[in-house]
Amino acid sequence: MKFAVCINHVPDTATKVAIGSDGKSIEKTGVNYVISPYDEYAIEACLRFKEKQTGEVVAISCGGDVHKESLRKALAMGVDKAVLLKDDATRDSFGVARALADYLRDLSPDVIMFGKQSVDYDDSAVGIMVAEMLGLPSAAVVVKLELNGGTATADREIEGGHEVVEVQLPGVFTIQKGAYEPRYPSLKGIMAAKNKPIEERQPAPMEAKVETMTMVKPPAKQAGKIVGTDVGAVPELVRLLHEEAKVI
Amino acid sequence: MKIIAFAEQRDNKFKKPAFEVVKAARTVADQTGGEVIAVVVGSGVRSIAPELGGYGAHKVIVVEDAHLALYSSTAYATIVAAIAKKEGADAVMVPATAMGKDLAPRVAVKLDAGLVSDCIALKVEQGDILASRPVYAGKALTEVRVKSPVKVFSLRPNVFTVGAGSGETAPVELIDVPLTEQDFRSIVKEVKQSSAKLDVAEADIIVTGGRGLKGPENFAMIEELAAVLGGAVGASRAVVDAGWRKHDEQVGQTGKTVSPSLYIAIGVSGAIQHLAGMSSSKYIVAINRDKDAPIFQVASYGIVGDAFEIVPALTAELKKLLGKQ
Repeated sequence: MKFAVCINHVPDTATKVAIGSDGKSIEKTGVNYVISPYDEYAIEACLRFKEKQTGEVVAISCGGDVHKESLRKALAMGVDKAVLLKDDATRDSFGVARALADYLRDLSPDVIMFGKQSVDYDDSAVGIMVAEMLGLPSAAVVVKLELNGGTATADREIEGGHEVVEVQLPGVFTIQKGAYEPRYPSLKGIMAAKNKPIEERQPAPMEAKVETMTMVKPPAKQAGKIVGTDVGAVPELVRLLHEEAKVI
Repeated sequence: MKIIAFAEQRDNKFKKPAFEVVKAARTVADQTGGEVIAVVVGSGVRSIAPELGGYGAHKVIVVEDAHLALYSSTAYATIVAAIAKKEGADAVMVPATAMGKDLAPRVAVKLDAGLVSDCIALKVEQGDILASRPVYAGKALTEVRVKSPVKVFSLRPNVFTVGAGSGETAPVELIDVPLTEQDFRSIVKEVKQSSAKLDVAEADIIVTGGRGLKGPENFAMIEELAAVLGGAVGASRAVVDAGWRKHDEQVGQTGKTVSPSLYIAIGVSGAIQHLAGMSSSKYIVAINRDKDAPIFQVASYGIVGDAFEIVPALTAELKKLLGKQ
């Protein structure tokens, strides 16, 4: 089976965000970039399927040269091949999806995986857009996946529960934290990844459909009052919640 | 603007986000001179459709079929996009729920439309919609404009306020959208609802426990407090990673972003990725032994002290107030 996993290169979740001088994006200086955490679960899921039933895993990322860092890590984790769809321009979700879909159409994998969302713009859109562009079925926010020949059974998270979705392959899956805790790359894997080539492709240019006009920090929360330092403060806290905040 | 509002239903009942989307669409339509067409997809849903008039729908289009009883990403998207095209809609709005987030990207591609996910405000400027949405899990806010002729928006639940419906009813139009087997290559086989469990993403009150609780067994007092308040139990990433609680309860950048009316954080230090996911809550209460914990910087009310003494006392006091002896 052929697996494709699409990954993004994003600021570490511990990053303190500052707004850049353009007022439309974050200040990138000094920010540590990593594979988007949900994409790591997707890589892990692909690797486990490959190990169980043989096959090939291709990791793909759309962006500038810096994305090679994350592709390199995917190689170190064990993917067979890495492809950079090189574009230094900022793309919206539609544009990223278009670049990926154009490449994936020729690759024609049986299973395409994404993280359920990229933790930068949090759109939760690219994976499902790619499915639609390729005319493929999909399941989003999947915590566990089973492949049985030509179909897949996906356990997907919904509000207060789960849905079991049956998907005919080829199909697209976006992976949620769950059954696929990512492995650490082995030293051998890291060394081997250093010498593996990263294929570069030029995606067709695409005009953004969505434009960010401004980016600001959310209004700082005023630190409120410390009601007390022991159990004696409880009645006053309840009074404040009831009478001042009126939330209970 | 002519706006399609997707009114999500499960088990033939609308959930609050359906009303929120209809109402928000109406607010935009009123400012731009337009119309709101609500769309309901399912099986046996015709009878619930007129109610959407009470939230601002001018008309409701219903598509019914036994095969549509459970959600199908492909089939539902075909239907919503077909209606949007037939009506010549300028915008499609869906709730940013599990269903809506799955539906919106497909609808956007079918309509060659830009998509803005998880909007927290919609403003009309010079006849166009300016949408606000958080990025980096709420560490920054953006204002976004869609340049394509048709625009798709998903709206974060619990943010667009909606009161009780006015009781007005809207006319219902039942239509057929031709579907093929191709539209059913992904189908929901089964829905497993954890009975009565309230999801943090939907809850108006959340009680979250962190590592300060020392062990999974001590979450009993968190559950009891949440139950008294009719709220949901949340968890910090540390306790989910430690295996004390399930991931569907995790609040923060790699969990859920929430904005309830009341968020009570107990034994949660307030790591930056946690604060990103909850600091837009209306009121925040922090209970923590460490007076320097970052959680106190966003808390409306704090008690610096031992959770094991304070939480049971708080539960007891609330029971008294709420008459739940």
